[in-house]
Amino acid sequence: MLILSRKLNEKIIINDSIEVSVVEIKGDHVKLGILAPRSVKVYRHEIYEAIQKENRAASKSPTDLGSLADFFSSSSRKTEDD
Amino acid sequence: MMIDTKAYGATEIDERQRITLQKGLFGFEDYREFALLDSDHPPFYWFQSLSEREIAFVLIDPHIFRPDYSPCISAEDLEALGIIGEGDENLLVFSIVTIPEEQKRMTANLQGPLLVNRKTRQGRQIISGDERWHVRHSIIEEMKHAGGDSAC
Repeated sequence: MLILSRKLNEKIIINDSIEVSVVEIKGDHVKLGILAPRSVKVYRHEIYEAIQKENRAASKSPTDLGSLADFFSSSSRKTEDD
Repeated sequence: MMIDTKAYGATEIDERQRITLQKGLFGFEDYREFALLDSDHPPFYWFQSLSEREIAFVLIDPHIFRPDYSPCISAEDLEALGIIGEGDENLLVFSIVTIPEEQKRMTANLQGPLLVNRKTRQGRQIISGDERWHVRHSIIEEMKHAGGDSAC
């Protein structure tokens, strides 16, 4: 892993087009500014982890969906009646 | 072709039910080839790995319980799937369903929807660009409060 040390308002440039700057430092809280082309997706890492974790939980769903489908259809009818 | 499924054992599928994921699902990157099956219990579908019987996911069309759902797809994802926009008739949007022991607490992942181009049968799981969507939306609760406008 490349480790760079930066001060407040200093930047790094990735692949000539993505600019990351340190916007604010407060205690252990660092605010980063990211300037990137629209095609570059930027997300907090926790979102990846949450989706991975949810996929793992979903893969353990039971195979018998019978009772759920019943609940689903009766619940949907109720909503339409409202 | 005949495939082995987690829910129904040996099952015959049509070539048109085969979906190739460009990157795999998050956390399941090694599995790229799947079959999309109607479950015996609509509105659910099964998304079954072709290489591993135990890798199977329950899917649902999120618009059934969130008519206003829009995944807010990035330009890169649209391009990779060959989709023009969210109104493209070839775009199918699914949510992966998690069913816990208490089954009526089932949730749908609206933050990481599964998109499929039905013409090319290429798919990818994306991260929604709309922060309103989370990984666990109670399907039953959402159905009670269906409505609202999209922010994307």
